[in-house]
Amino acid sequence: MNHIDLGTVLRQTVSANLYSNLVTRPTGAAVRNQIELLMREAHERTLTVLDFSHVSMMDFSCADEVIAKLLLRYCAENPPHEAYFLFRGVTDDHWEAIESVLERHGLALAIEQEDGVHVVGVLSERERRVWEAVKRRGRTLAADLAGEFGEAEGEVQSTLDSLWRRRLVMHLDEQYVALGGERG
Amino acid sequence: MTTVINVPPSLDDQGFEQVLEQLAPVPQDEKILVDARHCRWASPYGLTALLTLAQTRAERPALAVPEGEETVGYWARTDFFKYADELYELHGTAPRRAAGDSRVLLEVTPVARSEDVHDVVERVQQKAQQIIVHELNMDARATVGFAMTLSEICQNIVEHAGRGGWVAVQAYTWKKRLGRRVVQIAVCDAGIGFRNSLEGAPGRVRDDRWDDGAALEAAVIRGVTRFRDPGRGQGLAGVRRYCSRWETKLSIRSGTARIALVPKWDEDVPLEENLSPFPGAQVQVTVPERTAPTE
Repeated sequence: MNHIDLGTVLRQTVSANLYSNLVTRPTGAAVRNQIELLMREAHERTLTVLDFSHVSMMDFSCADEVIAKLLLRYCAENPPHEAYFLFRGVTDDHWEAIESVLERHGLALAIEQEDGVHVVGVLSERERRVWEAVKRRGRTLAADLAGEFGEAEGEVQSTLDSLWRRRLVMHLDEQYVALGGERG
Repeated sequence: MTTVINVPPSLDDQGFEQVLEQLAPVPQDEKILVDARHCRWASPYGLTALLTLAQTRAERPALAVPEGEETVGYWARTDFFKYADELYELHGTAPRRAAGDSRVLLEVTPVARSEDVHDVVERVQQKAQQIIVHELNMDARATVGFAMTLSEICQNIVEHAGRGGWVAVQAYTWKKRLGRRVVQIAVCDAGIGFRNSLEGAPGRVRDDRWDDGAALEAAVIRGVTRFRDPGRGQGLAGVRRYCSRWETKLSIRSGTARIALVPKWDEDVPLEENLSPFPGAQVQVTVPERTAPTE
């Protein structure tokens, strides 16, 4: 697992190293490029923790560059590699901008909070319900979930694949694991 | 020949319109003297707009500084003269701000690059918290939105204006129009303006009504930008949400029009057209004191 402290990346990226706010598009683009550079050294499948603990505030433009464009790139048809992101240290001071860009682009992400990992953003009720079940069960097969829900396996499989394409669950062999959940 | 442009006693957004009305018939390359001797008060908008005005002239204009000691002292504390000295021939005594911290929330500050926006946000953040929570009786959450609003509006210069502009932030009691404490952000530039910016949009379809007012409506209300990137336009949309949530007034003047998001406490019109022409964009955000808790 990679851990990227966005406060450190910010200070390495902008010319003055005293800044603590993620603001402006050029800064956001530079921070995203730096994140991708750090991820380039990673394996084919990676889980990266993006840590906001040392970032005071983030504006909409920067959130669009850092979060939306990163997720759009790695949730696309042909991503550079299979990358998952877990967001840590997100407070109310970051949330408004994050929520806004997730809504704008129809994105969702996994966020680590005091009471565990949650998915936030744009998800259907069904996606949310399946994600919660995967998180609760740990490593799970589509067939097991279909049994729990009393639904056809194909339907559950389709939702799991959607969650995998959105990088909210990992697909390990035939099994699925929620980000931040037990891998078993 | 030098044309004298009189600055009214109160130089706010309305006062600046009086300045522009006098300026409208004057050829751009004609020498002007901006006579502020009898000016008694200026808002952040007035001061930043006055610097912007100088940027629009082909010949360096002259500025007669205010005669009132208190007025000229305040203008000095805002760092107005630091930049006016480069843009105007100053007539009269123009003191400089004494070293050390000032009571101004954010002095007049040039904005041209992304780094300038970082500087502005970092500088204003701590003072803003104190003023917004303790003087305006607002929830602490409003502080973050305030900083985001400031950042996004300043970025408008970096991303769209094509030349540098100015920002200033100040808290004051707005006796004339509200009778309450307010914090005002003013961001002014003499760049290409909203209409020219949107005309650069790829694939833009011309319609029957296309003028400064239509451009402002497109950008501010509908979130249209000149970029293909679907993530663009979120900054102004975020500013709109902030204004709606915190009963804040936003007004943007560009070219010959001015658009405003008007909260209940104000009686402004949402769109004013056929104003005296002025290049660039002049933005004003007014956050009022809360008179009764609503949350």
